[in-house]
Amino acid sequence: MGNYITFPELLLWLPLVAGIIAFFLKKQGSAKAWAILSSFIILGVSVASLFFADDVKYASFNKVNYYWLKYIGNSFYLVLDSTGRLLTFLTALSFPIIFISTQQNNYKNPHSFYGLMLLTQAGLMGVFLAWDALVFYFFWELALIPVYFLCSMWGGEKRIQATFKFFVYTFAGSLLMLIGIIYVYLHTPERAFDDGHIAQHSFALQSFMHATLSTGQQTWLFWLFFAAFAVKMPIFPFHTWQPDTYDQAPTSVTMVLSGIMVKMGLFGVIRWLIPVLPDASLQFANIVIILSIIGILYASFIAIKQDNIKKLIAYSSIAHIGLMCAALFANNEMSVQGAFLQMFSHGINIIGLWIVVDMLEKQTGAKHISQLSGVAHKAPVLTIFLVVIALANIALPLTNAFVGEFLMFAGLYKANVWYAVVAGIGIILAAVYTLRMIQRVFYGESNALTQNIEDASLGQKFVLAVIVAFIFGIGIMPQPLIDLTKEAVNGLLAIKK
Amino acid sequence: MSNISALIWLIPILPLIGFLINGMGRKQLSKGISGIIGSAVILASFILSVLVFFQVKEAGAFNVNYFDFIRLSDFKLGFEFKIDQLSSIFLLIITGIGFLIHVYSTSYMHEEPSKDFAKYFAYLNLFIFSMLLLVLGGNFVIMFIGWEGVGLCSYLLIGFWFKKPEYTSAANKAFIMNRIGDLGFLLAVFWLIAKVGTTNFDVLFAPETLKLLTANDVTGITLLLFVGATGKSAQIPLYTWLPDAMAGPTPVSALIHAATMVTAGIYMIARSNALFSLAPITQTVITVVGLATALLAASIAIKQNDIKKVLAYSTVSQLGFMFLALGTGNYTAAVFHVLTHAFFKALMFLGSGSVIHAMGGEQDIRKMGGLHKHMKITSITFLIGCLAISGIPGFSGFFSKDEILAGAYGYSSMLYGIALFAALLTAFYMFRLYFITFRGSFRGTHEQAHHLHESPAAMTIPLIILAILSVVGGAIGVPEALGGKHELAQFLAPVIKSAAHHLDHTTEYMLMALSTALVLASIFAAWSLYKNYKASGEATGFGKVLQNKWYVDELYQTAIVQPLSALGTFFNNIIEKKGIDGFVNGVGKAVNYGSRQLRLLQSGQVGAYVLLMVIGMLLLFIIQLFV
Repeated sequence: MGNYITFPELLLWLPLVAGIIAFFLKKQGSAKAWAILSSFIILGVSVASLFFADDVKYASFNKVNYYWLKYIGNSFYLVLDSTGRLLTFLTALSFPIIFISTQQNNYKNPHSFYGLMLLTQAGLMGVFLAWDALVFYFFWELALIPVYFLCSMWGGEKRIQATFKFFVYTFAGSLLMLIGIIYVYLHTPERAFDDGHIAQHSFALQSFMHATLSTGQQTWLFWLFFAAFAVKMPIFPFHTWQPDTYDQAPTSVTMVLSGIMVKMGLFGVIRWLIPVLPDASLQFANIVIILSIIGILYASFIAIKQDNIKKLIAYSSIAHIGLMCAALFANNEMSVQGAFLQMFSHGINIIGLWIVVDMLEKQTGAKHISQLSGVAHKAPVLTIFLVVIALANIALPLTNAFVGEFLMFAGLYKANVWYAVVAGIGIILAAVYTLRMIQRVFYGESNALTQNIEDASLGQKFVLAVIVAFIFGIGIMPQPLIDLTKEAVNGLLAIKK
Repeated sequence: MSNISALIWLIPILPLIGFLINGMGRKQLSKGISGIIGSAVILASFILSVLVFFQVKEAGAFNVNYFDFIRLSDFKLGFEFKIDQLSSIFLLIITGIGFLIHVYSTSYMHEEPSKDFAKYFAYLNLFIFSMLLLVLGGNFVIMFIGWEGVGLCSYLLIGFWFKKPEYTSAANKAFIMNRIGDLGFLLAVFWLIAKVGTTNFDVLFAPETLKLLTANDVTGITLLLFVGATGKSAQIPLYTWLPDAMAGPTPVSALIHAATMVTAGIYMIARSNALFSLAPITQTVITVVGLATALLAASIAIKQNDIKKVLAYSTVSQLGFMFLALGTGNYTAAVFHVLTHAFFKALMFLGSGSVIHAMGGEQDIRKMGGLHKHMKITSITFLIGCLAISGIPGFSGFFSKDEILAGAYGYSSMLYGIALFAALLTAFYMFRLYFITFRGSFRGTHEQAHHLHESPAAMTIPLIILAILSVVGGAIGVPEALGGKHELAQFLAPVIKSAAHHLDHTTEYMLMALSTALVLASIFAAWSLYKNYKASGEATGFGKVLQNKWYVDELYQTAIVQPLSALGTFFNNIIEKKGIDGFVNGVGKAVNYGSRQLRLLQSGQVGAYVLLMVIGMLLLFIIQLFV
């Protein structure tokens, strides 16, 4: 296989081509069916790639390098490695789940909707596969632009305002990163291509890691890159686009944003920021961790006060991402490994939450806690799924998030006792806002809005069951995922030394 | 017998299977079937636990490691079980009493719709599963899985009747207070991992590992673990969830809030006795907190009028006694009291369930009275429970409580005095409860009087069994002073290095005589005050303070909950909306304004453009000249 086509190519081109084809399928049903079918094929490829994870034995399966703009030292360099493998799998897994769980929604212009969704998937795959800074930046933006259209065309009432905010935030961050990329590029060594061509500088990841940068230069470059990643995650105080966007975007887009796109920021830190600017990353680790921990508590406190369920989930997500970001910078095996696991688990769990919230909103037209009550009477199955997923979201043992959070906290503790103590308060606050929401929305007597609610459909039960299977599967046996990412964790820690 | 060790995993898995069957099939299963499945899995676990107990007794402790839960390059965490003297005793308590409560529930919950009935048994099974995981865990992390698991199950069961907001609020309160404690537990675990890189009990409590810990480490870790214990075992300051937790069905109260869940903290500290014995500061803290809780809860119990609330505060108080024992290094006595308390408190909770059942849901003892005539079995078994908890010689509670008191005396006579006073309060409020409920004349409505009846056999048989155990249960711990051998202490000796002071026999006799005489006097006082109780007006003065539980809930509300809630509002309304978002929107507006002004430059008049171009070129020339 490796001689003909590689996993990175399949993972990137399949969604891209499928997306373009989708633009020509004008009928609601056929666009939908096409999107589901192609997302399953991509999932199949991604699952297969997990069995070829041995980078030595199957090197030729997981690496591809075309010449592109070789005169400026760029090539189309994609690698499916230990760092990207879990996130490409998350991307491949999420899309069928999203398509199936929202299939009862009919969109106007379905062909463009599904086309843009698949293009987003291609962009995400590109981000997780790129080993060339220019290619990375290209896909970073490619993932953003379809989302911008998706939000502004299919979003809620205040979509224009929310989308504008989202766009300006992320675009400003991206531009800062672009400046950073160009600056680092100008300090890279020359690159010799196989055909004898020698470029003065290079965009390749390895060249970036060998760029000659003084400590002073690293210092300000760090903040340029970090700005882009911090907005994407988002980290306090760069987060205010998120609640509005999650609230206004169509739910399937919110799922993509919260489940996968926020991981782009964390991934950027892992793939580019720490390897390219190791000294500055070490130097500013404490500032980043403190910002992240402030974000955990700040977002948790606000989540307690939210009446809008979507915003509640958004703030809860900010708190969770904050913990992952802090853990990445805590610089030890436990914390980094925990963050890797949690990136995956958080993606699965939050998509599950959105599925339930979307069903509630579609059926009742309400998305505020104060409007809803007693959903459990009419929709017990939905309630059980929600409770399980919500408890996973607050990291109850034997669920997937426990393993990740346990390792992250243990690692943070090793880095500094107070990090774990203060961030740990977030564990308690998470229980407060989650249980409060469950109590108000699902328990109690049903009201006019909820008394005719219908329970989950078969398709929804299926995807929710898949999510729950992942929750417990990883929660009980996390070791396979740890093995899958171990190399990336150790690689990252080796850089820092 | 080695075949039993290969079957250990069945002990927790069977209840889990029961949970899954009842949970998944709750719509299909009839009440009879779900009750039988729910109870049978626990019975099977109990039988296995008995076999395990005898294996441990004959062949000693053993460990089982199933798989590596988490394996990193410098850290390994096994999914492992530790089966030793301590855990095998807890296995018996959990599955044995758990089974009786399941049987009792088949009758008590009979009026629930069959869907909810199955759900109830599913939760009950899940609870037993979590508790078994907690005691079987061979390291702190596996223990923590069960530890949070029981917290979750109590949340589910307290909020079982989820239509009532006050019930679900009680459930939330239980979960959140437990989580506060759990954070302490977790931090202790992180501390251990950072210092010694393991949480495995065998490795951890080995002298060579303990040597790696400084005195500060040991004190810090044990204090944090104790914070965890105060949450789960309802001690000051995290005890207020337990009385509220009475919102759940009464058998649940018996299971979770008397016999098992709340003993988790005791179990954990007894399990870690090697660590706690090295931390004198922590031991003092535990002693003081335990004693204060015992006294505080007992004082509140005197003035409560809800039958279950009295029992709830009594539980908190008795747990305080157990912590007193732990703090004084008297681990065996604490475990002993867990055991006897499990018998008589489960008995009394189930007895109160029988009363509530007969009274048609009424829980206010002021509206009861004279029930002895109508429900003899319940009344007599309840009386036995009262005698046992009061520590009347011959009953099980006497031996365990006496051991705790003797240990306290060995420490300091002041400690003994306060503990004895709390014990007298215990006898007083228990007999107040008994006399008001079962003696005197009936004060309820005519309709209630008409319906008064003894409960069915599925409820009374567990009561009788527990009553027998409450009488004879003390036999395993008869002290040497009374010619016994204290078999429990001998059995536990391999796990627990008891540091209790030993008193000479004469002192022990005197202490026993003193406490017995005073307890009898206290019962007499209760009898003379409440034998013909007439409902009177509201309590006043100090009585009112006690009735309102020292206003602790109100204090927490004003001092902690409200300020934190205000902080959330402040973050949300001021910093988030006005501050950060205000800034962002301000930038947006400024850009908008700027571009609107800039737009004016594009007037479309060629002349204006030429003018601007000339100005620009001039500027460039000037700059060139100077740079």
